[in-house]
Amino acid sequence: MNPVLVVAVTVLLSVTVLLALARMVLGPALLDRLVATELLLATMISAVGAEAAVHRRATTLPVLVVLALLGFLGSVALVRFAAGEES
Amino acid sequence: MTGGAVVAAGAAGTLAVGGVAAAGAVAVGGLTGTGVADLLAGGCLLAGAVLSLAAGIGVLRLPSTVDRIHAVTKPQVLGMLLILLGLTLRLRNPADLGMLLLVGLFQLATAPVTAQMIGRAAYRSNGVDRELLDTDELA
Repeated sequence: MNPVLVVAVTVLLSVTVLLALARMVLGPALLDRLVATELLLATMISAVGAEAAVHRRATTLPVLVVLALLGFLGSVALVRFAAGEES
Repeated sequence: MTGGAVVAAGAAGTLAVGGVAAAGAVAVGGLTGTGVADLLAGGCLLAGAVLSLAAGIGVLRLPSTVDRIHAVTKPQVLGMLLILLGLTLRLRNPADLGMLLLVGLFQLATAPVTAQMIGRAAYRSNGVDRELLDTDELA
């Protein structure tokens, strides 16, 4: 893999995570922080996938499946919890 | 040192460091199918990362909760699918295809559900700016 491309993908995904963390700190309501968490987890899945693509490894594929499942369950649970909150 | 020896040494060097297949193929003349797949995979990875960055900028800059859901559910899911496509092109193994399809289809199925639930909760907790709405079907 071209090292320039690897560095570019790493930097882009890292900046995405930083922006999501900034929204998580700033977000006025719980739901804003939940949206930022969704973005954080999706970026994590992307980063694990990109790492597996760079090193041509299939070892971390189950991690992707588990992350996708757990992210959905966590988001739904948190929305159910936040639905009763009047902010 | 003759030209042929230089080319041979270059090819051996790329093989030794396990460099990108396209560079080695160009060094020995002509792109192979493997090189094309790796180039496409690199392009998919870069496009997915750029879309992820767009989603991050959207989540930080858009004004309200309901607007920010757009950034997470459209560019981010497309970027993740592009990265999974790049991973598929790079692995080129039919045994891994099922698991990658599972991840992609699961994202496509669950992102709208999550977005709808967040949007409904935001509407009920006054996370929507009523001034910006043309019509309010839920009123």
